[in-house]
Amino acid sequence: MASTPHIAVLGGGSTGSGVARDLAMRGFDVTLVEQGNLTHGTTGRMHGLLHSGGRYAVSDQSSARECIEENRVLRDIAAHCVEETGGLFVKRPEDSEEYFQEKLEGCEACGIPAEVLSGAEARAMEPHLAEDIEKAIHVPDGAVDPFRLVVANAASAVEHGARVETHSEVTDLLVEGGQVVGVEVEHASGPGLRVHGTEGGREAIRADHVVNATGAWAGQIGDMAGVDIEVRPSKGVMTIMNVRQVDTVINRCRPKGDADIVVPHETTAILGTTDEEVDDPEDYPEERWEVDMMIETLSELIPMLEGARTIRSFWGVRPLYEPPDVGSTDPTDITRDFFLLDHDDRDDLPGMTSIVGGKFTTYRMMAEKIVDHVCDRFGVDAACRTADVSLPGSEDFSVLRDYMDEFGLQSPIGRRSVERLGSRADEVLDTDGPNPVVCNCEAVTRAEVQDAIEGSGSDLNAVRIRTRATMGNCQGGFCAHRLAGELEDSYDEPTVREAWDELLQERWKGQRHALWGQQLSQAMLNYALHATTQNRDRDPADAAESVDFAAFDDGPTEATDREGIDGPGDTGVATDGGRDGD
Amino acid sequence: MAIESAVVVVGGGLAGGFAALGAAREGADVRLLSYKQSTLAQASGLVDVLGYAPDGTAADTAATDGGPLVDPYEAIPGLPDEHPYRTVGVDGVREAMGVFDEVADRYRGGHTDRNALVPTHGGTVKPTARYPASAAAGVASDDRDALLVGFETLVDFDAPHAAAHLENADVPFEVDGATIAFPGDPNADAKVTRYAKLLDEDSPVETATGTTRGARDALANAVEPHLDGAERVGFPAVLGDDDPAAVRESLAAALGVPVFEVPMGPPSLPGLRLEDDLYAALDAAGVSMETGNPVVDYESDGGGDGPRRIESVSIDRNGARIPFSADQFVLATGGLVGKGIGSDRERVEEPIFDCHVPHATDRYEWFDTGAFGDHEFARFGLPTDGDLRPLDAEGDPEFENLRAAGSVLGGYDFAAEKSGSGVSIATGHAAGAAAAEAVR
Repeated sequence: MASTPHIAVLGGGSTGSGVARDLAMRGFDVTLVEQGNLTHGTTGRMHGLLHSGGRYAVSDQSSARECIEENRVLRDIAAHCVEETGGLFVKRPEDSEEYFQEKLEGCEACGIPAEVLSGAEARAMEPHLAEDIEKAIHVPDGAVDPFRLVVANAASAVEHGARVETHSEVTDLLVEGGQVVGVEVEHASGPGLRVHGTEGGREAIRADHVVNATGAWAGQIGDMAGVDIEVRPSKGVMTIMNVRQVDTVINRCRPKGDADIVVPHETTAILGTTDEEVDDPEDYPEERWEVDMMIETLSELIPMLEGARTIRSFWGVRPLYEPPDVGSTDPTDITRDFFLLDHDDRDDLPGMTSIVGGKFTTYRMMAEKIVDHVCDRFGVDAACRTADVSLPGSEDFSVLRDYMDEFGLQSPIGRRSVERLGSRADEVLDTDGPNPVVCNCEAVTRAEVQDAIEGSGSDLNAVRIRTRATMGNCQGGFCAHRLAGELEDSYDEPTVREAWDELLQERWKGQRHALWGQQLSQAMLNYALHATTQNRDRDPADAAESVDFAAFDDGPTEATDREGIDGPGDTGVATDGGRDGD
Repeated sequence: MAIESAVVVVGGGLAGGFAALGAAREGADVRLLSYKQSTLAQASGLVDVLGYAPDGTAADTAATDGGPLVDPYEAIPGLPDEHPYRTVGVDGVREAMGVFDEVADRYRGGHTDRNALVPTHGGTVKPTARYPASAAAGVASDDRDALLVGFETLVDFDAPHAAAHLENADVPFEVDGATIAFPGDPNADAKVTRYAKLLDEDSPVETATGTTRGARDALANAVEPHLDGAERVGFPAVLGDDDPAAVRESLAAALGVPVFEVPMGPPSLPGLRLEDDLYAALDAAGVSMETGNPVVDYESDGGGDGPRRIESVSIDRNGARIPFSADQFVLATGGLVGKGIGSDRERVEEPIFDCHVPHATDRYEWFDTGAFGDHEFARFGLPTDGDLRPLDAEGDPEFENLRAAGSVLGGYDFAAEKSGSGVSIATGHAAGAAAAEAVR
């Protein structure tokens, strides 16, 4: 080739960012475009399980083998995104003994380390498990932060020369002479970092090849070029608890079913999930029965969930795909395997490859296979190194030094910061000014927030996924205005206000599904803090008409004030000559 | 044998406090039972009566097209029938605010019926009826140019942002913001009480130049270079806890211009100072107080033909039940925030007496889709008769001798209206006075 091939990657989830990183590392010229924030689609709406493969050890052993292999890779290259929690498949009296044995044998057959524990041993490990749990299989499941992982992949891609454009929706595929030659995107706020209040615009991005890694949206991209990609989006709910009732992933050991997993995640535990086919990945009902089912069914495994506090629920859509001739009617039957669709071979449309199906845990392996395919296309001979080279932040994860002293941070704030930042801790936390905590629930400091703003512009939701700020108990009630304040140095006031409002609305959206008990009290307090104390709901700066300031009280004059002080009702003692009265 | 009083008030916030005061001022023997710290620490310390009329009400259409209300009293008759202000009436609200003005002499605003617009720590302004003297020099209808000062380590108040925001709200004065290091600030996560204590005690602190001087002087000195002709200076509400007037006086003298506080969120020093005033007034009025234990139960008679009568309520003290009997009871346990109203996935309830709380059976109807939408949950609470007695689902009084006051009442959205303190004070006062009247 005379020049470096330019590949446009569509989709900023785990697959897209993984593909972009791999391509960039193998020397391609790469542009990644994502319609929202990184992780906007499916990746940001998962339960955070790093599969051991145990889940597929009976039904889909090739997936199970891939999972355990990638599980080991990610613990190595993405150490700062992974918590090695371990997992249990627990058996209740009504669950079948036969399936328990199949699961155990399946794990062994797939090379997944598996150990049988008695009910008492399982409860010694997780004291809140139900008394009637009979036994369990212990496997190396883990918890992974999908936000941190994708941001790290994108950062690595950028380090290797890639261009990453978020908030840039694909509006059309450029097709010339029967070949895909690029995409047209609409930038929400201009190219580069997202800035509220900045006018966007269209851009034609020409490319030698387009990789469609848009998951549940892949069919919509296909439609733009007249090719049929039958993705079957399937929704699932995740309900977030305000504390970790368990420190180990708890799976129910039965063939399949809704509401069968609890994943400890940072300060929370995530209950999941349902599996229901939907028509549109952007627009589907988020229903009460799904939330109720999570709590009621999973309480059979962990009884204290019944009365525990939830802080929000969210839904994700799986980009399920099966070849046209299979015809499954139940989404839980559709394979979790991924498919690479070369549209030249498949549809006589050169210039584009789609990737559909698949699982978060194996995103890197999928990316490797796609990039191998792209290399073949262009005759590039470059080996994949993504399984060996650590992601930014995980290069040297022996970093749990005593950062508390070094950066003047109190415990456990220092520890949390360093866990989030991994080997980037030095670079981020070493700041000239004071470094107060901005989000108390999640112990996020100003230095981390400022670092995230540098990386993502005025988008406070992007700051949120990079730092976890606003993701704790109060859901932004106490810190949304503080985050807005942190934008002040770099952006003008209307921009800050717009970003602040957007964050408030986003935080409200998921909380609506947790409005009873303590979280309803919290919601009322948040509403009071934002509306009563700050008047954000009726902010005169947002109003069309200016307030007639002159009509309002302009303060007590000295004479009226003195009258107030000396008047008949006075019960206090003036300590200031009567001027101020307290 | 139960401890006996004429009136027992359950709840120690503004509503409970004014109920106890209202009853005691009528000569009744009053006991106030309060569990936890009141929600005043979470409130700004501003005392709102009515800042906005509810959307679509007569008050809204008659007055201001959705803008802030200049005169809250004028709007009260146009409120919906179920609004607590309609129960106590305009005269009842005025009378109660008169009591407030006697009790809280550090507050201003009583010289006029008009609302004041007070800058908030988020940078906008809000209408309020009474404001602490500490905030008086900051009102937004005063056209003196202002400087706002924030501290590097105090993340709740970003002064340059607040200043820019106020200008975009078209306030009739110039306003600038400056962020400075608080002299001698011990660490990045100092609590507001730490700043207040340094200023109260005027403790010696080290300044940027390495010299040591009193905290007040050092602070004024750090602000001085930013003054630039400003005619008043605003700080976050950390200017003293025990003696805020003296702190302001010192700063104002050193800077040569008036000094004010911008009210803040929790923990709110103005809110805590108001609580101190309230408790001092309760002491002075001879109210007996029992704090720190929750009311968990009650006893009543059979009711016969009419409503039942409450005979006593019990607190739980380390597992022991201690009854308090009385002739009249006032329930002022707060709303969803104060936990006077509780809920689970199926229903909304009033936990002590299980009084009727109207609500939709599907919890997905309790809220609106937008963060500032028309939320049913914000209006959760007890409906009452004209004597503030809670009503059951059939519209009959739950108990013959129980009245309710403050946020435990339903039918109004204090956050949208900016009416929380006013409703608590007005209904508290009315319920207390009516209870004392009934005892007589």
